[in-house]
Amino acid sequence: MWNAWKLLATWLTYGVLVLAAGAAMLLGKADAVLVERLRVQVADVVAPILESVSRPVDRAADVVASSRRLVDLVEENSALRQEREHLLQWEAVAQRLEAENAQLRDLLKLVAEPEARFVAARVVADPGGAYAHSLLVNTGRRDGVEKGQIVLTGEGLVGRIAASANRVSRVLLISDLNSRVPVAVGEGRARAILAGDNSVYPRLIHLDPDETIAAGDQVVTSGITDAFPPGLPVGTVVSVQHGDVRVAPFVKQSRVEFVRVVDHRLPALIDDFLAGRTESPILPQLQLPAAANTQLSVSAPAEAQAEGAAALPAVIPLPVPRPGGRIRP
Amino acid sequence: MKRSFWHRLDLLARHVVPVSLAFALVLLSTVPLRVPLLNLVFPALALVSIYYWTLYRPDLMPPAAAFAIGLADDVLSGAPFGVNALVFVLIHAAVNTQRGFFLGKSFAIVWLGFALLAGAAFTIAWLAVSAFYGLLVNGTGALLQAGTTIGCLPLIWRLLVQCHLRIVGQA
Repeated sequence: MWNAWKLLATWLTYGVLVLAAGAAMLLGKADAVLVERLRVQVADVVAPILESVSRPVDRAADVVASSRRLVDLVEENSALRQEREHLLQWEAVAQRLEAENAQLRDLLKLVAEPEARFVAARVVADPGGAYAHSLLVNTGRRDGVEKGQIVLTGEGLVGRIAASANRVSRVLLISDLNSRVPVAVGEGRARAILAGDNSVYPRLIHLDPDETIAAGDQVVTSGITDAFPPGLPVGTVVSVQHGDVRVAPFVKQSRVEFVRVVDHRLPALIDDFLAGRTESPILPQLQLPAAANTQLSVSAPAEAQAEGAAALPAVIPLPVPRPGGRIRP
Repeated sequence: MKRSFWHRLDLLARHVVPVSLAFALVLLSTVPLRVPLLNLVFPALALVSIYYWTLYRPDLMPPAAAFAIGLADDVLSGAPFGVNALVFVLIHAAVNTQRGFFLGKSFAIVWLGFALLAGAAFTIAWLAVSAFYGLLVNGTGALLQAGTTIGCLPLIWRLLVQCHLRIVGQA
């Protein structure tokens, strides 16, 4: 008799727990924000443990990587020398273009891109898993990191902050099922949405069927929505098969050790606009023609004007590049 | 025989090892490993742990603990909330009802049993996640993870057996 009761109690327990799991799933569906907050709060508590465990792993990975590099040091050195030569040329070009860009922006009275603010962070957890692609980074609200901010490495776009607690934040990677990034593809800048599907290579969707996309095309953020600033490198197209276009992100999830969390401050710009502190970010062209004409007639000699716009950059005096001046993407 | 306070404390500490070990494994599986794709197909250590303890010390791995471990896994991994809790409870129920069959069998049988259960576990998880999102999600990662979990079983098993014999002790 006792055994029968015990068996009944066991099955009742299982039943209750299965129902509870179902309720948890419903809750996650109904109030995703609450669950996301719960996730980062828990992560916040275990962050010190994760951090202390991940440091030795990082160090070991660094040792392995550096010992591997030692083997082909000579070859790498000469390759780097060549690359440096090459990059120096590009640096000169970039500095010239930066100066030229500044001049042209000035001429056009273009509203400047909002200043971005960076926070550097270390990846403390890479939960992997088959159903979610996310990372935990050791920066949070105390550093001003908020949901929606953008996460980058030197290679390109990593993802967005899904939620932030005091000390940690969860980054939704661009390969996650829930990730959607408006992008521009190739030289034609075909508009599309990069949609994660939990595979290593996210898909391009909502692509105009008339656009020709080929493997090797570069994918950058289009900046069509407020969520991402334009021009951030995302990846390259790896395969185009029957309308299924796959992109290999520049950033490999397993290689990410440090990231930059960027607050590109669009909301702040909008607040400024509403408060009357900035000119309209939407209609900058309203003041454009008059201002552009006066400045052109002052700075460009007559023969340059006669030759047309193509000759314009050559006659603008280039300022001396600032030491340590930043090249904007 | 009345046990001393310290003896009881020692016993308690030993008895919470299975559950705390499973929680530690959940945490451990989120550590970034810096090896390409490894984090994506890292074996589901907590699943193995629940299988082992439900089989050999079910008194130390109650169903509620399996549920809590699953929930912790969901919270940390970013998987839909409740999916692993559901899977772990179902696995617990399956193992608990089949204990009589598995006990005393060779390791090969236990391994085969785990392979079947892990296959079922990943299928249930895949179905639950698909139901959660309302579309058939990509199951390649889950399939690979099931493979690595089944493949790594002997290794993890050895550690669990050592832990069982040296720390937790027999019932």
